[in-house]
Amino acid sequence: MRLHIEITRRPGIADPEAVTVSRALRELGFDTVVGVGMGRSLVIDVDETDPEAAREAADRMCRQLLANPVLEDYTIEVVAEEVAG
Amino acid sequence: MNVAVVVFPGSNCEHDVVYALRGVGANPELVWHRDDDLSAFDGAVLPGGFAHGDYLRVGAIARFSPVMAGIEAMAAAGKPVLGICNGFQILCEAGLLPGALVENRDLSFICRFVHLMVDSTDSVLTSAAATGQVLRIPLNSYQGSYTAHADVLAEVEANGQVVLRYCGPAGTVDDEHNPNGSANGIAGVANASGNVVGLMPHPERASEPILGSTDGRVLLESFASALVKV
Repeated sequence: MRLHIEITRRPGIADPEAVTVSRALRELGFDTVVGVGMGRSLVIDVDETDPEAAREAADRMCRQLLANPVLEDYTIEVVAEEVAG
Repeated sequence: MNVAVVVFPGSNCEHDVVYALRGVGANPELVWHRDDDLSAFDGAVLPGGFAHGDYLRVGAIARFSPVMAGIEAMAAAGKPVLGICNGFQILCEAGLLPGALVENRDLSFICRFVHLMVDSTDSVLTSAAATGQVLRIPLNSYQGSYTAHADVLAEVEANGQVVLRYCGPAGTVDDEHNPNGSANGIAGVANASGNVVGLMPHPERASEPILGSTDGRVLLESFASALVKV
């Protein structure tokens, strides 16, 4: 089973990289851009057939290691298909 | 006065810290991050560098190194624990200090002398300094901007846990003299008991005249005197 995990900077926590990207896009003429969020995407394959168990494991991974609750929020998507290899 | 100076894969300031601690009368010893028993030591320093390559987040992998069990035991026992730069980031990730460090406001690596104002002397790092004293010490970091949730920040301020703030040469704390955008100009913070302290600037690099400043010595001397009291 495959897990897609997105980790993003929490609202209210400064993200100077995202601010810089936003400014650069507007300078290039994309003047409809009003905000940019940046984060980290992880694809994790687990040897697990129960989607709920996989989600629960992903949640623990995020809380223990992958995300810092001071800075970051996370979302988990469980992809049900069998993963090759 | 036996103090463990922890070496993670990627640490790079450990020898400077050992040298500077010897200069203030402490007995430092390098300890590899796989060692989890620090019971022979009176205190510990997590030095600067890029522990575990800063992979995932600064300090995120290092906080699970076996040595951190020994650091946590030391912190709980009231022994002095100091994190410098990357060591500060690791102590925050481990939850031994409040908040976290993120990219500098201007997205530039900062490597220069800064001025720091001693805001509290109620910590193992600042006990020998005077409140309001201004110190000139080098800063050397990209992810040095201190941040915390508003409620955590308010609590840290109310408890007097902010030990050092960025300031001007005359001690003025304002945005102009805040090099990296740290919340409330915070350069160093302690836990509630004052025995665990982290700071982004490097006191070990301001410990002899040939280095351009000796202002770091008062901080290292505070720390060394705390080793004796335990």
